[in-house]
Parts: sequence; structure tokens; C-alpha cells
Amino acid sequence: MSAPARVIAAMSGGVDSAVAAALAVDAGHEVTGVHLALSPDRQTLRSGARGCCSVEDANDARRVADELGIPFYVWDLADRFREDVVDDFVAEYAAGRTPNPCLRCNEKIKFSAVLDRARALGFDAVVTGHHARLAGGELRRSVDAAKDQSYVLGVLTAEQLAGAVFPLGSITKERVREIAAERGFAVATKPDSHDICFIPDGDTRGFLSRRLGVQPGPVVDAATGTTIGEHAGTHGFTIGQRRGLGVSAGDQRPRYVLGIEPVTRTVTVGTAEQAEVDEVVTGTPTWSGPVPDLPFAAQVQLRAHGTPVPCQVSGTEGGGLRIALAERQRGVAPGQSAVLYAPDAARGDRVLGQGAVVRAGERHRSVSS
Amino acid sequence: MTYLDHAATTPLLPAALAAMTDQLARVGNASSLHASGREARRVAEQSRERIAEVLGARPSEVLFTGGGTEGDNLAVKGLFWARRTADARRRRIVVSPAEHHAVLDSVEWLEKHDAAEVTWLRVDPTGRIGAEAFAEALGDGRDVALASVMWANNEIGAVSDLATLADVAHEVGVPLHTDAVQAVGQLPVDFTASGVDALTMTGHKIGGPMGAGVLLLRRDADCTPLLHGGGQERDVRSGTLDVAAIVGLAVAAVTSVGDRAGRTPRLAALRDRLVAGVVDQVPDAELNGPPLDDVVAGAPGRLPGNAHLSFPGAEGDALLMLLDARGIECSTGSACSAGVARPSHVLLATGADAARARSSLRFSLGHTSTDADVDALLDVIAPVVERARRAGTGRGERQ
Repeated sequence: MSAPARVIAAMSGGVDSAVAAALAVDAGHEVTGVHLALSPDRQTLRSGARGCCSVEDANDARRVADELGIPFYVWDLADRFREDVVDDFVAEYAAGRTPNPCLRCNEKIKFSAVLDRARALGFDAVVTGHHARLAGGELRRSVDAAKDQSYVLGVLTAEQLAGAVFPLGSITKERVREIAAERGFAVATKPDSHDICFIPDGDTRGFLSRRLGVQPGPVVDAATGTTIGEHAGTHGFTIGQRRGLGVSAGDQRPRYVLGIEPVTRTVTVGTAEQAEVDEVVTGTPTWSGPVPDLPFAAQVQLRAHGTPVPCQVSGTEGGGLRIALAERQRGVAPGQSAVLYAPDAARGDRVLGQGAVVRAGERHRSVSS
Repeated sequence: MTYLDHAATTPLLPAALAAMTDQLARVGNASSLHASGREARRVAEQSRERIAEVLGARPSEVLFTGGGTEGDNLAVKGLFWARRTADARRRRIVVSPAEHHAVLDSVEWLEKHDAAEVTWLRVDPTGRIGAEAFAEALGDGRDVALASVMWANNEIGAVSDLATLADVAHEVGVPLHTDAVQAVGQLPVDFTASGVDALTMTGHKIGGPMGAGVLLLRRDADCTPLLHGGGQERDVRSGTLDVAAIVGLAVAAVTSVGDRAGRTPRLAALRDRLVAGVVDQVPDAELNGPPLDDVVAGAPGRLPGNAHLSFPGAEGDALLMLLDARGIECSTGSACSAGVARPSHVLLATGADAARARSSLRFSLGHTSTDADVDALLDVIAPVVERARRAGTGRGERQ
């Protein structure tokens, strides 16, 4: 969005969203700061480096807004966040899948509940501090490859992107902190947030165990077909996981999680070779721009900090995508997004769209879609 | 800018500013024995006498505090502790659920940390506490440490008849505290005539400075201090007197009480025009609190500058934001510490449902309000409400 507009700047209290709001003001937009209250039982002070859910974070955001001289409000989205993000997160794990809650939050909260409310109130767009480029309706990777967040935005549709502004995509994180320091923002040196905002202690397995309880089941070795151990609940595992399995196979070679079967509570493990796949099937995709003609060649990224892999994309009978990988990949988990990119070294790889992984495995080379 | 939030704070009176500025340039601790101290003490004590006079109290009943929150805390906790120390059976506090959080949270703190028992009073649909409900809650009074009922409600403007309530309390030997932060300067307030045992007021609601207030405390009321130290203020509230703030507070009290009879009918007329104009443009807007022309014990039954309205189908915080963007400043009920707008606990206490409580706005007029302020609101209220309704209630809805 280049023409001046009335925008909502979503301000978490972190340095990225603070600078994004400042740059939106500089660009001539009429900016209103909004802090999203996402947790029903907010802590007074931040615990650790996880920013977004404490009163201290709200105050940090308010401080920046006051310095910028923009209006600032807190919107209570705790109910929506609990239903659409937290409960979904727990349900996905319970079903043996590995969700990405940040992606879900962008899809359902920031660029749905917030954007809808903003539009109804007469605003044109929502500004966030995501590291991604958005110009001319095209979503691209950040210039800062290490901080690029285009993956968690891959789920946004063209209609949602039309109401989004990402001012940070063409600057590095280092530069973001410099700008914050130049402007005297107290959050300039605030630590980056990590992990999942609604699990402040970082113990995802403990969080899920509290929600889902202990549900023991067998750990089966795919190499031998034998049960080699027991686990306390399938939600403690994710596909491709190697550490913390609590089992050892007879051949002393490392084992990786190959499959999670929530009904029989069976966790299947296997060797590194068995954990690799060369084909991924997704559910119905979403597209960030014009719907491409199938089949097409692209790159695919299979998790938040994954490496992009060349691939060939075709359709499935059920309306999903079949993605043939040029390089075998380990740890492709159902529930994760397969985000497709058109490589572009000069302007940044362009996001095409994504589909949620429903299955990953061996390609049947004789069969085409 | 159109300022319609005088109940939050009202502009400093020029005469108060002048008196304070003059005093700020002087040296002297009112507790010192030398000439500078004596002069500071003279100014502070003269201020105490002037405040006592306009509020119908004796000078020795005027205790300077740091404002309304401190006054409420001191009265509730101090009376509770002193009365329970005198008789261990007195652990009960009888209190209205429509009080300001300075009272509510003090009471709840005593309940949680100091074995107090709380009896919540029944609030009538206009926000008032009736004598019957009060008598019923007090019972024989033997186990009651204190009762606290606000003189006029800060959100919906409801005025209770404190003189009658004080009689009821005294019949069973219970001391009554009242938070009169909104009442002073808006309603006739006479401490002695009302019979209440303790009364909280503050400077910045009447054109005085922030951070300065008074607890009027009867000479025979025993109150355990919160702040210990130099023994100022009858040993109930230690701390060096802020003489500049006190003199500003006194000027504001004298002025606002003195010109009340002329100012408040004008304010009420302006408020009536505001309400009529809003309802004319938004026909389903609902007035909360007592009727505009209500009378209680021969005085206005509603704060003259208070208008509190619900706009069905709109969220109070969306309305506030849209009005703010158009230069009109008002308020919703209250916000949590993080700033999340909460449904008004006062409206909920009157029996209103959560939707009505969430869709409400308070407009409050004061000594600088003009017809132009009301006109500015009436110019924009209809499209603002329409816009806020389009944004919906934002709760549980899906496309």
C-alpha cells in the first residue's frame, strides 16, 4: 500500500511492530495503534523473552504509540484466539499432526478478526512487523534471510494481503533495532520473542500434557516391526523428531519418528533413510495471488525455518496438491504448511500459496496425477 | 478538541493554578518550628479551615491525603482495623458493588488477606442504594466493622440519600463511609448534616490539582493509619504536607462549592440537551442510571453533568475510538490494567446484561463545557454509531 491510508498498526510491544508502526507514520499513513490482548489471564510482567501477552508488553506498545503521537487502544481478542489458535493447536496435536500456531494466528486473528474489524471501522489495512516484502500485491521473502517470516504469511489470500502492510520487508533486523534506537524507543534492545507466545515457559510437551493428559501407547520400530518402548502420549511427538524418544533400537542406529497414529496411540520410529520422503500431498491450497495453472515448477518450504527445495506441483483428485520434491526431505509432518515460492534472487522469492500437509511419503513414479 | 470527560478529571481552575504557583515558589515545611515553617503551616491550616467550612466539617475533621484512592483505602482499611481491634466480632463490611475500585478492591483485599466478610448491597435499577436494602444487610450490626456507600456514582451518576443511610447505620452502631469524589461541587454536600462518619473527596474532580484530596473523618471515629511517620493529620496520615497542592485544593473547593448553585442548573440543562439530541439521532440509545430530572431528598438524584448511554449493537470501545478520531473525548466504564475495555461493573450491578454494559459510553460535562461541545457530539454521533454497529460486537462472530 503506497498511497496514504488509514491503517491499524498491530503493536505487540516488541521492537519489530514498534518500528513498523513508526515507518507507517513516516510513509504518511494515518496510523492507529492497537495491541491485541490474546491471553485471558495476563501476567503483569513478561516472563523470559516471549513477547505478546503480558501487561508489560501492552505498556511497551503504548509507550511507543504515545511517542509516535498516534491513538492507541487494546482490543480484546482472547476468546477468538483461544478458539482459533490455542484450541486448534491442541486439537491438531491430539490428531497426530504438527500445527504452526503463528500461521494460524495470521490467518484467523491478525488478517481476519482484526482486519475485518478494522475495515468495518473505516480502516484500509493492518500494519504488522512481519519480516516480508509486500508490493503490488506480491508477497516476497524479507531481504533478511535469517529473519524472513514469509512462511507464516503464506496462508494469506490475495484478499487478505490487499489489507496488509509489512513495512519491514526491505530492511534487516539489525537495521530495525538501529531505527528503534535512533528514535529512542525503550524496546530497541528488547529480546526477540521465540517459540509460542501462549506457552511462556517454552515447554510445549508439558502444555499439551496438561491439556490432553497421559495417554500411554507403544513405540514401534518400523525397521523390525517390533515394539521397543512405551510413551506417555502421542502429542509429545512430531514427525522427524530424533531427540527424547526414550527408546533404543537393537542396531544402535538413531531412530526418527515416522508416524503418529492417535487412535491406537502408536508412534512409529525408523531409520534416517526411512524418515525421508520425496513426495508431499496437501489439502486444498490457498493462493497468495493469481491461481497458477497446474502443473508447475516451484520451490517448497516445509516448515518455519526449513530450507526451500525445488519441486514439481500437480493437483490431486480431491482438490489438493501433490508436490514432488527434487531432494529427499526428513521430518515432513502432517499439519505443517507446504509454502510454495517462485524463486527470484533479485526481488525476493515470491510466495505463490500453500497447502497443509496431509501425507508425505514415497513417490509412485509410474503414476501421474 | 471536545472534552466530555470531566468526571475523569476537569481542568484546573485559573485561581487554583495561581495560588499553587505562588506557593510553589516558597520554602517551608509545615512541621518546622521556624518562621518559614510557621508561614507554610499558616497557609495549610487556613486551607484546612476553608475546606471544612464549605463542606460543613470542623477543621480537625479534615485530613489531607494523596487523593480519592488514598482516602477510600484509608477509610475502609483504617475503620475496619480499628473497629475489629475494639471488638473481634466485627469482621463484616457492608458495601455496594457499584463502588469505585478504590473501595471495591480495598474491601476485597481485606476479605482475602485479613478475614473480612463482605455483604454486597442490593443496587436498585437506577444504581442507588435504598434504606431498606441497607438496613436488611446491616442486621443487628454487632458483627459489622463498617459500611461504605458512595454519594454519587462516577459512571451512571446515581445519587443515594446518605443522610438517611447514615441514620440507618447509626441505629445499629455501624460507622458509614462515603466516597463523595463526584458529589462535591456538583451536589449539596454537608458532612455534619449528612451524619456520615467518613467522607472521601479529591481535588482534580473540582478544578483543583491531581494527587491531593481530603478524608473528612469525624473526631470520634477511630481509624488505624496506613502511613506511619511524623504524626501529621491527627496521627492518621503521616507525611509532609504538600502545601501548594493543599492551597490549590482549597481554592477549588471554595470556588466549586460556592458557585455550585449557579453552575449546576446550567450544566444539567446542557446535559439534558446532550441526551435529548443523542436519542433524537440514535432513537434506540438507552439512558442508564436515574431519570434526568430525578430528585433525592430534595436534591438532584443524578449528577448534573452526567450522561451515560448504551448503544445496542455497538461496542463501547469502538464508539470511543471512532469519537476520539473525530476529536471527541469521552469514556467507557473501565479498563483492566492492560487496557482491555471491560463491561461496566456498575451497570452489571444494576442488573443490566453484559451486552448493554459493553455498549455504553459516559459523557460528563464540567465547568468549561459549552453548547458548542454538545453540538460537536451531535454532529457526529449518528454516523459513528452506525459505523460501530457495522463492526459489530466482535465476539464469537464468524464470516
